[in-house]
Amino acid sequence: MMFIDPHAHMISRTTDDYEAMAAAGVVAVIEPAFWVGQPRTYVGTYIDYLASIVGWERFRAGQFGIRHYCTVGLNSKEANDEELAEGVMEILPRFALKEGVVAIGEIGYDEQTKLEDKYFRLQLELAKELDLPVMVHTPHRDKKRGTTRSMDVCEEHGIDPSKVVIDHNNEETVGEVLQRGFWAGFSIYPSTKMGNARMVEILKRYGAERIIVDSACDWGISDSLGVPKTAKLALERGVPEEAVHRACYLNALTAYGQSGQMQEADWLNPPAVDQRTLFEGNSILRGGREPRIEVPGEQRRRSLTIE
Amino acid sequence: MRARPVDLLRGWVQLQAAPEAWTWLEERLDALAGEAGERDLYIVLGLIPRRLAKDDLELQPDDLAAAQAASDGWNPSGWSLDGAARVLALLAFRSEGRPFAQTFKQLRRTADARELIALYRGLPLYPERESLEAEAGEGLRSNMRAVFEAIAHHNPFPRDVFDDHRWNHMVLKALFVGSRLDPIVGLDQRANAELARIMRDYAHERWAAGRPVTPELWRCVGPFAVDGEALADLARALDGPPVEREGAALALAASPAPEARRLLHQAPDLEAAIAAGDLRWDRLSLQEPAA
Repeated sequence: MMFIDPHAHMISRTTDDYEAMAAAGVVAVIEPAFWVGQPRTYVGTYIDYLASIVGWERFRAGQFGIRHYCTVGLNSKEANDEELAEGVMEILPRFALKEGVVAIGEIGYDEQTKLEDKYFRLQLELAKELDLPVMVHTPHRDKKRGTTRSMDVCEEHGIDPSKVVIDHNNEETVGEVLQRGFWAGFSIYPSTKMGNARMVEILKRYGAERIIVDSACDWGISDSLGVPKTAKLALERGVPEEAVHRACYLNALTAYGQSGQMQEADWLNPPAVDQRTLFEGNSILRGGREPRIEVPGEQRRRSLTIE
Repeated sequence: MRARPVDLLRGWVQLQAAPEAWTWLEERLDALAGEAGERDLYIVLGLIPRRLAKDDLELQPDDLAAAQAASDGWNPSGWSLDGAARVLALLAFRSEGRPFAQTFKQLRRTADARELIALYRGLPLYPERESLEAEAGEGLRSNMRAVFEAIAHHNPFPRDVFDDHRWNHMVLKALFVGSRLDPIVGLDQRANAELARIMRDYAHERWAAGRPVTPELWRCVGPFAVDGEALADLARALDGPPVEREGAALALAASPAPEARRLLHQAPDLEAAIAAGDLRWDRLSLQEPAA
């Protein structure tokens, strides 16, 4: 079974994660531009960060046979630094049309301040101008109201809900998101967001239409195998394979594929040696091995010798 | 009259692009040559792969000969259609009063991998190209091998512009990242005694670590292998696995030292293959045959 992890901050992860993800069947990841754990204070560091996720990280993933895409945007926390925010808004159009940029994101609210609102709206307009999908980060605090408000603002700006993924949902928000026609993302992230046993219950209750599972793995305590582990648990607990395929692969492809920058052929039919990107191809697909879930670094831990 | 590189590029892109895509590009190129500013340049560069597709640039042997005639050493094999169009956009752009190297630096800082490759492949064709020497040096520091090779391979810019120090480190890095040396334009022309020394040191490191030595390494050593130590290294390589022997034999054939002739004579099979033109640097296989 093939998986897509449509929300993974690989810039914060090690090669062990990439190896384990590839072995578990992950063929593609989407790296949303985000808050790196502490605030950036210069627009220059933002430029270099965005350049990393459109170039270097894409190349790094390719070495493990994983296709890497990203979203670019000003995150809600840093939207509160007005000087930085203005600078980022100026340079965002330079990055939004790079190869493999599948959306403007992750954008939205954190504390729901005026400045957050201002830059959320400006970025929705940019997405509209460039005809790109949007990835919305919903706030951790005052979540239900913040989620509703995010969708209200998208509609107010005339953005088609079918081009918007509302991410980090939970049991409280999912009903409204689906009912209003948006994609509903779920981040399988220990403690703070969603657990995978709860996720299985949601799949059983709502089905898999417009539901997207991701790991949101980053610099915090998180699990780069969130998607394959959830898929395995769902199958074990009787969710039909077709629904698992949708939630853990197809829906993300459909939603972000609207950018024109992501298609199945990217990993199913890569050029033998892609000289211009040096993508190494997918050894799992080529070798026909069964995906296996193994703790990142497992193979390295078993071997004492380092060549 | 010889064609200019920009005219060749235009002709190739026009021939291969869909008619409506070419019409769009031609309009954009005109705008970039006129009033358009840097924001327009960024957007055109971003849209080019979307409008023209990312196919390989289809070139015939005649085209490659024309490229060589237009600019000595220029070899656009391996270019893509969108890459060629991006270089055209850059050649068309008239930045008001701003040095080209500054425009290039701005573009390079925000480029994705594919864009970097296109930007660097265009190096031999840009105006004021000597001013881009440091930019090329920055590109060589990339960890992305395809970006490194956009400068190092099939590109006359390093041969024409780099000093020996930058040249030598480019060749050495090619070995480190597993790149071939043969596609480096001017490899034999720019050979120098310092590079030969660096290469021999590197071979010693590899031997000490019990790792294989790529036979291409000896190409940079051969013409400077005149003293006993260098010849001893070649003798050792000549005693190595089959692939390494071939490199050592070719290097010995390139050495001016009489002692080198004598060493090569000890491997009559390779000596004969070199004399017959069957064993050549550009045909060297780097893989040991499967056991």
